[in-house]
Amino acid sequence: MKVLVTGSTSLVGRAVVARLSDRGDAVTVLQRQPSRLDVAEHLGDVADRAAVDAAVDGMEAVIHVAGRASATGGWALFDATNVQGTRNVVEAARAAGVTRFVHVSSPSVAHDGRSLVGASAGPADPDHARGYYSRSKAQAELIALAANSSDMPIVAIRPHLIWGPGDTQLVGRIVDRARSDRLAIVGSGAALIDTTYIDNAADALVAALDAAPQLGGRALVVTNGQPRPVREILSRIVMAAGLEPPRFKVPYRVARTGGLAVEQIWDRRGRDDDPPMTSFLAEQLGTAHWFDQRQTRRSLQWQPEVSIDEGFRRLQLWFETEAAREA
Amino acid sequence: MTAGPTEPAQHPPAGLDGLEPHWSRLVTTPQLDGVGRTWHLLDNQVPDPTVTLLCVHGNPTWSYLWRDLIAQAPSGVRVIAIDHLDMGFSERTGTTRRLEQRIDDLCALTDELELTGPVVTVAHDWGGPISLGWAQRHRDHLAGIVLMNTAVHQPSGSPAPTLIRMVRTPGMLEKICTTTPMFVRGTMALTRPRAARSIRDAYEAPYRTADRREAIGAFVEDIPLDESHPSQLVLDRIAADLDQLTDVPALLLWGPSDPVFSDLYLWDLAARLPNADIHRFIGAGHLTPEDADVASAVFAWLDRPERQIPQIPAEQERDPLWSAIHRRAGDDTAAIVEMGKDGKEESISFDGLHADVNRVAAGLADLGIARGSRVALLIQPGIDLAICLYASWQIGAVVVLVDAGLGVRGMGRALASASPEYLIGNMQALTVARTMRWPGIRIASASLDPTRRRLLGVRATLDDVRKRGDGRPVPRPPSSADVAAVVFTSGATGPAKGVVYRHHQIQAQRDAIVDLYGIQAEDSLVAAFGPFALFGPAMGISSAVPDMKVTSPGTLTAPALADAAAAIEATLVFASPAALRNVVATAGEMSSDQAETLTRPRILMSAGAPVPAAVLRAVGGLMPHAELHSPYGMTEVLPVADISLAESEVVPDGNGVCVGHPVAGVHVAISPLDTDGKPTGQLTEESGVVGEVCIQAAHIRDGYDKLWKTEHDASQPAGWHRSGDVGHIDEAGRLWIEGRIGHIVTTPAGPVTPVGIEHALAELPDVAQAAVVGVGPGGTQQVVVVAVETAPRRRADLADEDLADRVRAKAGDVDVAAVLLVPSLPVDKRHNSKINRTRVARWAERVLAGGRMGRI
Repeated sequence: MKVLVTGSTSLVGRAVVARLSDRGDAVTVLQRQPSRLDVAEHLGDVADRAAVDAAVDGMEAVIHVAGRASATGGWALFDATNVQGTRNVVEAARAAGVTRFVHVSSPSVAHDGRSLVGASAGPADPDHARGYYSRSKAQAELIALAANSSDMPIVAIRPHLIWGPGDTQLVGRIVDRARSDRLAIVGSGAALIDTTYIDNAADALVAALDAAPQLGGRALVVTNGQPRPVREILSRIVMAAGLEPPRFKVPYRVARTGGLAVEQIWDRRGRDDDPPMTSFLAEQLGTAHWFDQRQTRRSLQWQPEVSIDEGFRRLQLWFETEAAREA
Repeated sequence: MTAGPTEPAQHPPAGLDGLEPHWSRLVTTPQLDGVGRTWHLLDNQVPDPTVTLLCVHGNPTWSYLWRDLIAQAPSGVRVIAIDHLDMGFSERTGTTRRLEQRIDDLCALTDELELTGPVVTVAHDWGGPISLGWAQRHRDHLAGIVLMNTAVHQPSGSPAPTLIRMVRTPGMLEKICTTTPMFVRGTMALTRPRAARSIRDAYEAPYRTADRREAIGAFVEDIPLDESHPSQLVLDRIAADLDQLTDVPALLLWGPSDPVFSDLYLWDLAARLPNADIHRFIGAGHLTPEDADVASAVFAWLDRPERQIPQIPAEQERDPLWSAIHRRAGDDTAAIVEMGKDGKEESISFDGLHADVNRVAAGLADLGIARGSRVALLIQPGIDLAICLYASWQIGAVVVLVDAGLGVRGMGRALASASPEYLIGNMQALTVARTMRWPGIRIASASLDPTRRRLLGVRATLDDVRKRGDGRPVPRPPSSADVAAVVFTSGATGPAKGVVYRHHQIQAQRDAIVDLYGIQAEDSLVAAFGPFALFGPAMGISSAVPDMKVTSPGTLTAPALADAAAAIEATLVFASPAALRNVVATAGEMSSDQAETLTRPRILMSAGAPVPAAVLRAVGGLMPHAELHSPYGMTEVLPVADISLAESEVVPDGNGVCVGHPVAGVHVAISPLDTDGKPTGQLTEESGVVGEVCIQAAHIRDGYDKLWKTEHDASQPAGWHRSGDVGHIDEAGRLWIEGRIGHIVTTPAGPVTPVGIEHALAELPDVAQAAVVGVGPGGTQQVVVVAVETAPRRRADLADEDLADRVRAKAGDVDVAAVLLVPSLPVDKRHNSKINRTRVARWAERVLAGGRMGRI
C-alpha cells in the first residue's frame, strides 16, 4: 500500500514509518525538516495546501501525525498547524482518491479537566477542552471525522501520553526538569495516569490503518492499559536517566494557581520556552486519566506488545547507550 | 358529600424522573357517582398477560410510586398502577370518598378495564386496605397479595394513633394536609437515604395547589381510630375476612424504620396471613418502593418455585438434640463445668442437667411458652445457657441467639427483627433490654431482689421457672421438622441476618462435628468458641467453659485454658484464632502442672477465621499431642470443609487459602464467574474453575428470618446455599477460598480474586498485611495493593519503586496499577482479621483519582 505519513520527525511518526516500511508498504513522508529516513520525502508545512497536495498525490492511505504539541504559543500557531493543517490533509487526501485515513488525535479533546477513571472515548468537544492544544486538536478531530465516507473511511486514534527512547516531548522535558531540580510532584502524586509506550502506539496506528474500512467515523483512545500513579511514572523516567526520583511536593491548588500566574507572565512577555508550570499541566498531574481499553482492543484487534515495565527497562538502556556514546 | 373543588383528570407533565409518558392512560368509569369519573393510571398494556399487577398507592403519593415495577416488568407481566380519584392526576371530583367508596371505585375501574385472569394486588400505606377490599371481592382472579408498610388494624402499643390524632386536631388537618404541602413534603422527608430532588418534585407534581390536595386531608380524616368512625366497620371487616385469604400467596415487604407503620403492624399482618413470605429491608423507612429495591423482590417472588414442605428422608432420622442428656440420666459425671475467677468453678452432672432441663422445660411451658414461641437467650455460655437452651428445644420453642459481638445497636436490630416473645437474660442483658426497649417477656437467669425485679420488668426468674416446673410433666417434644433456632452472628459488613435452623439441621450439624473429629463418649471438650460451646450436652460429652470474656475471645489466657482442661481432663479444645493468639502470648504464665494438662488433648479445633500458620505452630508446641484442625464454614453451614495443620503444610502453593476437603456429607460445587465477576449458576466440580462456592449438606440452614429475597438469592440453584465466597477446587478435591464475591476485582483480563495475592504479599519481609482491591468501573478495573508495613507508617503514602517492584513480582501475571501504604487496614470487630475491602476500595478509588490521602 502507498502510505503518506505526515509529521514523521516526531517520535511516533518515525516509529510508524519504520513499521510500515518493514512490512513492505511504500511510504512517503511529509514534514518541515528532513527526516533522514530512507523513504520518499516531501518537505513542507501541512498548513500549506500546495505542499500537502504534492505529497498526497498518488497515495492510497494517509496517517496524519503532524501537529503542534507545545505547551506555549498563541492560538494562531495551533490553529494553523492543527486545525488548518488537518483540514488541508483531509481535503487533499479526498481529492487525491485516498481510500483510508488515520487521524492521530488526543484524549484531551474530550476532557474537561475532571478526573477520568476507566473512561471511554467521549466525543471531541472544542468548547470544553482545556488549553489551545486540546481545543485545536478537538476541532481537528471533528473536521477529520466529518469527512469520513465509505470511499475514504477515517479513524481517529487518540494515544495517551506517548513515551519511549528518543522522546523529546514527555521524557525529554521531565528529565530536563529533573536535571535542573525543577521537577515537583503535584498533590500526593497518586493520581493514576495511563501512558502509551511508543512501539505500542505505532502498532495501534498501523492496526487502525488495517481496520479503517470497518471503523470509519470512530474515535478510539489508545494506551498501554497499565495506568500508574503519576509520581511513579515521573520517578521511573527520571531513574531510567540515572537521576534521583523527585522529592519536592507542591499542593494541587498551589500548583494550579501558580500555573495560571506563570502562563500570564509567559503570555505577556511572549516567551515560547517551556514554563515551569501551567494550570493545564497542574490539572494533568493532579487528576486521574485512565481509560477503558476493551473496545479499542476489540476494534483494532491489537494488544500492546511492550509492557510498561519493559518500556522503562528499554528507556534505561537507551539512556545508558546515549551516555556511553557521549562519553 | 361536600362540594369541593373539581378538575378533570389529566396526563402528568412531561419530564418526570423515571416516568415514561406512554405509560399514562386516562380511563373513564361511566357509572361512578352517576356522572362518570375519569382516572389517570400507568399501564404497560401487555396483551394476554400471564399475570397482572394491580398497584394501589397510599396517601399522599400517586402511581409514580410504582414506576420501577413498570420499568422492570418481565415480558408477559402487565402492571397497572392507578391514581385514586381525587389523588395524583385522576379527576378532582369535589366529593369526599371514604374507604368503602374507594373500594367500590377500584372495583368499577377494574370492571371498566375488563381485568380478568390472575391478578396480584400490590399496595402501600392506606392503599393496603383498599387493595385488600378489592381482593376479597375478586377471589376468582386473585393470584397473590403484596403489601408494604400498611395496616388493617391498630395494634396496641403503636404510637401511630397519637400521631394521627395530632394531625387531626381541628385546624391542624387543613393546615398540614391541604392548605400547605407539609404532609406531601413530610412524607418525602421520610425517604432513606433522602430521595433526589427530581424524585421529590415528581411526587409533589400532582399536589401543587391546595385545591388539588383536598383528598390528602380527607384520607387522613378517614383513618378510623374508634368505633364511632364511619370507616371502622369496613376496616374491621377487611381485617376479619383476611382469614379467608390465608391460602392466597402473600408477600409482605417492609421498611422497618417507619415512624408510622412500625414492625408492630407487620407482626399484626403476619399473624393474620401466617403463610406470607416476609422481607424486611433493614434501613428502609416508610416509602418502601423508594428506599428499597422492591421491584426485583416482587418479580423474583412472582417467579418463585413452589414452596417445598420440608421432608426428612427416613434414613436421615437422627437423635433429638436432648437425647444424650436423657441417655445419661443417673450419671454423676460432670456434664458442664463453668470456670470462674480465682479458680472457683461451678458444675452440673449429667443427672443434674437431665433433671433441671426437664424441670425448666415444664416450667417454661407452664409460663406460656409453647411450640413455635420465640425465646431469646441472652446468657453467656455455661450451665444456665445449656439448661435454658435444651429446655426450650425440648418444648419446641424457637431459641433466638444473638452474638454479643454485634454490640448493643446490632443486638437491638437483631431482636427487633426476630421479635421474640420471651427474653431470658442475665442481669446485664436485662438492664440493656430495659433501656433499649428490646422486645420479649423478661425471664432472669439469676435470682434478683424485688426492687431490681420490678425495675427490670422481670416476669419470672429461672428459679421461679424451676419451681413451676417441679413435678409437672414435660409437654410433647417438637418434631425434627420444627424450627429450632434463629441465629444472628456479626458479619464483616452489613446488618446481621437471622439464620433459621430446624431441629433436623442442628442434629445434622452435631453429627457432622462428631463424625469429623471422631468424637466418642469418653471425650471431653473445652469450649472456648461460642457456637460449639452449646454442643457438649447434645454430643453427650463433658464440656468446660474457661474463664474468659465472651465478647472478646482474645481474653482467653493459657492458664485459664489449662484450668478448664484440667477440670474435665479435656481431650478436645475448640477455640477461635483470637483466643489462640492470646494463649500463645500468655503461655509463659502457666505453672508446670497447667502446662502438663495441655499435653493431653488429642484435637485442637480453631474456627471463625483463617489462623496464621505461625500461631497454629506455636499452639502445637503447647499441645504436642493435639492434631490441629481448622474447619471452614459460616453461620449458614458449618462445617463445610476441614484441614489439619499437617495437611496445610504440605499443600502445594495455590491461589487463595486451602481450607481442605469437604467433610463427609457435604457437597461443594463452584458457580463459575462471567467476565463481570458474577456467578453464572452453572455449577461445576471441575478442578481449577474459579467461582462462587455453593454448598449442599444436611446441616445447611433452613433459611433467613423475614428476609425472603435474601433467602431466595442465596438458594440458587434450588437446594444449594450460595456462600458468597469465591474459590476453586484443586485436583486433589481440596477447596480453596480466594475472597468474597463482592471483593472480586473485574479487570479487562478477567476477574481477579484478592486472597491469593494478599497471602503471597505477606511473605515480603516488610509487609505485615495487605489488601487487594479494584478501582474504576466494573469490567475495566485496575488492581491496587494497599499494604501495612511491619513498621507501620503514620500517614498514608505511595510505596517507593523498590517495594512496588517486589509487590508486582509477587502478584505474578496480575498487573498492579498502584501500591499504597497505610498505617492500618480496617478489619471486622469479631474476628479482628477480616479486612473490610469495600472500605479500602472506596478510599483507594478516591486517592488514585487525585483526592487527598487522609484516612481509610
